[in-house]
Amino acid sequence: MKHFRTPKLSLYALAFYALIMALSLTGLINGYIQHIINQSLIYVILAVSLNLINGITGQFSLGHMGFAAVGAYVSGAITTLVFKVSPEAGFAGYAVFVGGIVAGGLAAALVGVLIGFPSLRLKGDYLAIVTLGFGEIIKTVLNNIPAVGGPRGLLGIPKFSNFSFIFAAAFLTLVVIRNLVESSHGRALVSIRENELAAELAGVDTTRYKVLAFAVGAFFAGIAGGLFGHLLQIAHPTQYGFMGSVLVLIMVYTGGVGSLTGSVIAAFALTFMSEGLRIVIDSLAEATSLPIGGEWRMVIYALLLVFIMLFRTEGLMGTKEARFLVIGDPAKEGTR
Amino acid sequence: MLKVKNLKVSYGQIEAIKDVSFEVPAGKIVTLIGANGAGKTTTLRALSGLEKASGGSIVFKGQDITGREAHGLVGLGISHVPEGRKIFPTLTVRENLELAGWTVADKKEVRRRMDEVFAMFPRVKERASQLGGTLSGGEQQMLAVGRAIVTGGELLLLDEPSMGLAPVLVDEIFEKIVEINKRGTTVLLVEQNAAEALEIADFAYVLEVGYTTISGPAKEIAADPRVREAYLGV
Repeated sequence: MKHFRTPKLSLYALAFYALIMALSLTGLINGYIQHIINQSLIYVILAVSLNLINGITGQFSLGHMGFAAVGAYVSGAITTLVFKVSPEAGFAGYAVFVGGIVAGGLAAALVGVLIGFPSLRLKGDYLAIVTLGFGEIIKTVLNNIPAVGGPRGLLGIPKFSNFSFIFAAAFLTLVVIRNLVESSHGRALVSIRENELAAELAGVDTTRYKVLAFAVGAFFAGIAGGLFGHLLQIAHPTQYGFMGSVLVLIMVYTGGVGSLTGSVIAAFALTFMSEGLRIVIDSLAEATSLPIGGEWRMVIYALLLVFIMLFRTEGLMGTKEARFLVIGDPAKEGTR
Repeated sequence: MLKVKNLKVSYGQIEAIKDVSFEVPAGKIVTLIGANGAGKTTTLRALSGLEKASGGSIVFKGQDITGREAHGLVGLGISHVPEGRKIFPTLTVRENLELAGWTVADKKEVRRRMDEVFAMFPRVKERASQLGGTLSGGEQQMLAVGRAIVTGGELLLLDEPSMGLAPVLVDEIFEKIVEINKRGTTVLLVEQNAAEALEIADFAYVLEVGYTTISGPAKEIAADPRVREAYLGV
């Protein structure tokens, strides 16, 4: 059980949770900020799970939002269309919600296994194209199923997602993926990233481990999708397109490929930066009476990304992990 | 220990190995020599399961292993040092060695084998906490051989261990191969550097465009006029 010791991580997580809850209850952070925090935490799940596939296992995937879409639609269909529950239903409603989220994750994992198979034969750019195609196929399929709203999207999803649920899911994701990475299975995944041939010759069943990485990564992406759907109260095909996957990929790269800590930091930083720039631009336009509007937000956002990549190519954290994310020997820090 | 009979391997339409037969007796060093494109590497890759044989049979320790997958053969006792070293570049030397012992359940045994590697290659020990990718070519080759020692196994397949190395380092690597063999590991060595390979080997086979043509004790092969002319340049 040595791999499931998480005292420090749990402590920090609990402190973060208590802080946000206290600030929220005393009204120091309003609903808008709270919403951004919730979104950031969902992006934490997406970035950490994509990092398992891209950063740890080295399988370049461009279809992560496809998995999230599966989670959003499956869980949304369960709560909205099958059981027709709402938060007013109390415990039973929440039970259906949690069951729906897990079912969404499992469905996404199944799709992940299916996508894992082409990755057995393809590498690098070619794999990226195949996963990109898969993501688009999922989007297109959803666009053409009238039962879940087709191009209109799945509307009227009850708002079950709240800070506590999203936080718990993000925490569990981090703990499970961290433990996986630090286990001997994790070493097998890293060896595939480093050199697949040498991994095979060290006795690692590379086929099995690549599928495992896709399945676990997709599972958590599905969970994130489900939480997103029940936060925004809609699941729409365009939310889960190529650009969404790229955003998560950017988080993985700006945080540092292979660093889970980096993915957490980048998920928060980029989500807040994207929203913060609205305020910056608005106040700038007011103060200087320059003709700059909201359309400049993404220009500045993109420029900031370019600068991060130019001056810190390895990402904010490189491959290093915060100490509380490393199990056991502190000397192992940063050796991944 | 290893018996290869009428082996055939194809890449699509191209038959790279047409008819290769040889034997590796336990405890010996056997070398396959031949020019570029003769099929040496392909033969080794087929032995360790990286390529599928399209015909013939491979029998290891009395067991037919034709068509088995590479990762499964590691447990049976075949360790393969691939052409071009293929070390793990962003892991430290120590981690490279640890990962090589991935299938070994007893981690104390892995430590013991790592100490053995460090004793054999002091240079590798000096670089233990350095990233694999920062090593020089010769050091990487030592690390690659060290990894095979940690992986363990009774049969060691070596693919061009002298490639791209300075003559001094080539001598050192070949000395270590003899040392590993003396400790009880059977060695199958694939080499273009025929002179060096024939010097340490017990038996030799010459590979030509997918066929084994000449075979016999290494000393006889080294004296064979055809081999002397074509591969030893004398």
